Amino acid sequence: MKTYTYTEKKDTRSGFGAGLAELGRTNPNVVALCADLIGSLKMNEFIKENPERFFQIGIAEANMMGIAAGLTIGGKIPFTGTFANFSTGRVYDQIRQSIAYSGKNVKICASHAGLTLGEDGATHQILEDIGLMKMLPGMVVINPCDYNQTKAATIAIADYEGPVYLRFGRPSIPIFTPADQKFEIGKAVQLTEGTDVTIVATGHLVWEALEASKVLNDAGISAEVINIHTIKPLDEEAILASVAKTGCIVTAEEHNHLGGLGESVARVLALHHPTPQEFVATNDTFGESGTPAQLMEKYGLNSNAVVKAVKTVIKRK
Amino acid sequence: MPNIKELNDFTTQVRRDIIRMVHKVNSGHPGGSLGCAEFFVSLYQDILETKDDFDMDGIGEDLFFLSNGHISPVYYSVLARSGYFPVEELNTFRLLNSRLQGHPTTHEGLPGIRIASGSLGQGMSVAIGAAQGKKLNNDKHLVYSLHGDGELQEGQNWEAIMYASAKKVDNLISTIDLNKQQIDGSTDDVLPMGSLRAKFEAFGWTVIDIEKGNDIEAILKGMAEAKSLTGKGKPVCVLLHTVMGNGIDFMMHTHAWHGKAPNDEQLANGLAQNPETLGDY
Repeated sequence: MKTYTYTEKKDTRSGFGAGLAELGRTNPNVVALCADLIGSLKMNEFIKENPERFFQIGIAEANMMGIAAGLTIGGKIPFTGTFANFSTGRVYDQIRQSIAYSGKNVKICASHAGLTLGEDGATHQILEDIGLMKMLPGMVVINPCDYNQTKAATIAIADYEGPVYLRFGRPSIPIFTPADQKFEIGKAVQLTEGTDVTIVATGHLVWEALEASKVLNDAGISAEVINIHTIKPLDEEAILASVAKTGCIVTAEEHNHLGGLGESVARVLALHHPTPQEFVATNDTFGESGTPAQLMEKYGLNSNAVVKAVKTVIKRK
Repeated sequence: MPNIKELNDFTTQVRRDIIRMVHKVNSGHPGGSLGCAEFFVSLYQDILETKDDFDMDGIGEDLFFLSNGHISPVYYSVLARSGYFPVEELNTFRLLNSRLQGHPTTHEGLPGIRIASGSLGQGMSVAIGAAQGKKLNNDKHLVYSLHGDGELQEGQNWEAIMYASAKKVDNLISTIDLNKQQIDGSTDDVLPMGSLRAKFEAFGWTVIDIEKGNDIEAILKGMAEAKSLTGKGKPVCVLLHTVMGNGIDFMMHTHAWHGKAPNDEQLANGLAQNPETLGDY
């Protein structure tokens, strides 16, 4: 079994900051907007190098989404930055009408998604954003797994014409994808080959899935781990090819099971290849204050939870 | 440049278009449309500097954004009669598979439209973004927007109003259709907003009034003044005092025709008050 190691941990939001800074140097049409969270979104480098292409909006996310839509008229490629909670639910109608329905080339970049925001608690821990955004016609939804992939995704979405939701987070997590890996929107990345179970994970749960696969391997269970960085459009072929081989699947995400990656996968399977599936996700609940590790344990979003789900789903084959 | 009589004749035809469009599908918003007919005609026949062919980016030309998208009938009529799309297409307003959706949208590719509007309160932010884009592009042309007065009850406007002055967006002229009516009654009955002049000025805008907002000469004079006030570090607000339902006597001075279509008899009455000038579609 292919195993993954790491030498460094970093937050995915810093991957966004690094990607944005690189875009600032290479693409003169890229502009950035922020609603009073420059430091949290790691946008400082872009702003320092391109002050004329940065718009500090203040604490006014609805206005930020509208201004971003307007900036596309005239050829700019706006990247908005705020927390995931304020990038989606707070401004859903603005995104729906002025960006998605209007077909505007806005990149909605959302940090501090999910429980791993930690101590701030449920007011800031959105677990519904993937669902909200994937329901919007034409919206691309991306949730990369580590620093390198977030940086690559940030750079890649500038070349895609259309609205994109890019979701990333706060905690430092292992960097295990190659720095030079090309990011292809909608193309799953197979991380391990396996025959007994397919594990498709997104975002912070990809590393947890890899950790789980090691434990499972030691127990004689061969897991195929697939990194689904793009939830919409979903790489249906990769999922179907894998379950054709393994016959069961676990989906893993830092999100409510309602509306998340798991539901998107379930639809594909129901239509083309009904397959036993277990969901590693939150169970229709709000989060709470705590450290990221404590929260991921309590709400069943770590490698232990993946192992448990795999053992359950294999029995259902 | 058309003279005042020609612009008035144009407006009369636009009024006919508005009530015929709304009557045919027994839905739509004639009151606010009629109240802004002179403004739209002035805008598209005189004020806006636009290129011959429509493109989304609008670089090197003035831009206009309609925030209160429900007055789409007047927008569609004036766009069609200004050459953006065939006048006959007004026949398809609100019908299945039409580019003339109930509220304006870019989704069907209708020339002249650069943003969807309908859910209220979003247009000023978009206009600000477009205006800041023009500055980045070193494009000296202006951005115009139109908003309902009732629409200003939406909070996003005040985020935008605060931002535009703070960031010196002085290539923007936002006009408020001050007809003092909204769906449930007069704005004073529904939610009194006090002095809009005082509010905009307190937020750092330059404000002018066009008291006769249904008089083309007054509109042209007022908008020329507004234009002269751009480029001086402040966004410009025009308070356009209009009469809802203007030009059709039984629709005037009431909110009753905000979102209601005339019946056959009322249509005939309205058309009789506005004889054909440019030819019906």
